[in-house]
Amino acid sequence: MNVHAPEFRYHTLVVTVENKSGVLARVAGLFARRAFNIESLAVAPTDDEGFSRITVVVDVESAPLDQVVKQLDKLVNVVEIRELHPGHSVERELMLVTVTAEPDLRDEIVEHLDRAGGKVLSLGIDRMMLSLVGPPSRVDEFEDLLRPYGILELQRTGRVALASLDDALD
Amino acid sequence: MTTERMDGGRALIRALEHEGVEVMFGLPGGAILPVYDPIIDSSIRHILVRHEQGAGHMAEGYAHATGRPGVAMVTSGPAATNIVTPLCDAYLDSVPMVVITGQVPYAAIGTDAFQECDTTGITQSITKHNFLVTDPQDIPRTIKEAFHIATTGRPGPVLVDIPKDIVDPTNPRSEMVWEDDVEMDLPGYRPQVEVDPEAIRAAAKLVRDAERPVLYVGGGILKARAAEVLRELAELTGIGVVTTLMARGAFPDSHELCLGMPGMHGNYTAVTAMQEADLLVALGARFDDRVTGRLEGFAPEARVVHVDIDPAELGKVRRPDVAVQGDVRVAIEALVAELSDGGTGEVDRSAWRSRISGWQERFPLAYEPWVPGDALKPQYVIEQLRDATPADTIVTSGVGQHQMWASQYWTFDYPYTWINSGGLGTMGFSIPAAIGAKVAYPERMVWAIDGDGCFQMTAQELVTAAVEDIPIKVALLNNSYLGMVRQWQEMFYEERYSEVFLSKEVPDYKMWAESMGCHAIRIDDPDEVDSAIAQANEVDDRPVVIDFRVAADEKVFPMVPSGKSNSELVVPEFQRDQPR
Repeated sequence: MNVHAPEFRYHTLVVTVENKSGVLARVAGLFARRAFNIESLAVAPTDDEGFSRITVVVDVESAPLDQVVKQLDKLVNVVEIRELHPGHSVERELMLVTVTAEPDLRDEIVEHLDRAGGKVLSLGIDRMMLSLVGPPSRVDEFEDLLRPYGILELQRTGRVALASLDDALD
Repeated sequence: MTTERMDGGRALIRALEHEGVEVMFGLPGGAILPVYDPIIDSSIRHILVRHEQGAGHMAEGYAHATGRPGVAMVTSGPAATNIVTPLCDAYLDSVPMVVITGQVPYAAIGTDAFQECDTTGITQSITKHNFLVTDPQDIPRTIKEAFHIATTGRPGPVLVDIPKDIVDPTNPRSEMVWEDDVEMDLPGYRPQVEVDPEAIRAAAKLVRDAERPVLYVGGGILKARAAEVLRELAELTGIGVVTTLMARGAFPDSHELCLGMPGMHGNYTAVTAMQEADLLVALGARFDDRVTGRLEGFAPEARVVHVDIDPAELGKVRRPDVAVQGDVRVAIEALVAELSDGGTGEVDRSAWRSRISGWQERFPLAYEPWVPGDALKPQYVIEQLRDATPADTIVTSGVGQHQMWASQYWTFDYPYTWINSGGLGTMGFSIPAAIGAKVAYPERMVWAIDGDGCFQMTAQELVTAAVEDIPIKVALLNNSYLGMVRQWQEMFYEERYSEVFLSKEVPDYKMWAESMGCHAIRIDDPDEVDSAIAQANEVDDRPVVIDFRVAADEKVFPMVPSGKSNSELVVPEFQRDQPR
């Protein structure tokens, strides 16, 4: 466990948990019970099938990061907690979005999409389904760009993160 | 290694025997039925309760008194929800307890089956940990893990939910192979006992330099079996000790360094010494709001050394200047060694000591003396009971005025003689908790000091006590009111009494107690108190209830009104002219 000074409002914690039923409910329940706010939460198995990895973005305005980490660590199924420092980690988020796109506007939308590095997944008569993988801030910006065209449906995954390589070698 | 084929139900009982369980409290029902059959052949004594809440509080009382985990077993659904209150109580007071609940067969989970409820979901936030076992082969390991988690680190309740099919010998899904040695698999559970020597040196430095230090002792001292070494620390340094509601008895009340109990109804000296201190050494205490009063105004000049085995307590409420994570007994031993080697400091604390003794002289715990025509004083009853019972008597209490008077007017000179519900404040705690304690120590006297509101919540367990030959004694301080709520309405709601009057006529507690197999006495007159207690102390073949009809307008003082700073402590009227 390695906790950095809480100089940012949002902090990313990588929580390794035992891969048992109900563990996500325990983590989510803890945040609710202690009145900690979370910005996003993503969970998936790791390369070791006995463990899952939860990436959780914590809003430290609701509670000091130190308390969040210590309370999480008390959960018996939580094996390890690491904080990823915003400056020393790689964060990605996937967005799927269906946007209104009459034929005369498609080129414009695709131009935005290319600049952001996204993909067209599917085309309809008056709509397009797009995907974008990127740092959360770039996904935010792209979502803002699309809004005037009319977003019909949107799903973001919440962020996942790894420590950046030079940090990992320390 | 011994291996043996058996069913999950027998394995469960054998696993409990392997943990050294001697007694369990419970009540059978549909889903847990198969586990009750092997109990007949088990060495474990089973106490059949009248309500599952009683089973939980009995297990807690047993655990408080002995330090060993209390065990309760009940069925699914309503039985599980009935034991939710004791689980939460044990969670807030860090009581080691293992609760086994029956569950509907695994295949029926999620179908809203008869007596199904999501027991692990409901109890997730009020247990230290809980398990839903789905494979009978996992039962021995899970039980071992449950006891390990309940009793190590910061103790707490653990619940094990067992679907019926894996314990039912008529179901092939219950087949398993018993092995004597099972390994625990708890990769995320590593309580830290050892303390950082650097932190101990820093703590010792603050202790040496302090002019106005106080040892602020909480229930963790009792959990860590650290009363003896605490006394060493106090005597080595000459620093005064306050014991919280959960720590009464951890330091002898009659010791000259004892300052008493802090908090909302603490005595003037304890509250004020903490308030004026320049150093608080918090030992297994958690800066509860009932201790601190309004937090911003709490001990404004004090630096804080905080020792706790639970890292999440360090800095949760008050930021410590020195945080010591680890077992509080280990920490105190290290601190004593450090202060013995490096000296206890040169600071002259005589001025501080004389301020303390001034408070003790001017503001002793006291109540308006009885005058002819007055109703019986509840505080007087407690004093008489205290003086007429052996020193090792175990006292339990419910929650409310009677609890505060008991904590104030009893003299606790030994650890583990005071058992109450501190964190959750569970009315009805005293009678079942007393039963649990008496089961653990049949040769000792156990008195439940109760109120009439509390008594009506769990009195049926006196039937359990009578039938199971557990002769506890109950001092019922009966003022016909929900007394503490009445006190708040008198003081803070302009004497507008809303829904606090119970009844002067019903129930007839004497008749009720007798109908439950108890010896019962009713007392109105102060002159009869001593003889009633003497009579009660003579009875050892059944429980005793004394219905003391006490004054309804008696209030608990001192008092820090809710939301106020501890500096605004209200003392009884006859002390209000004293210079603070």
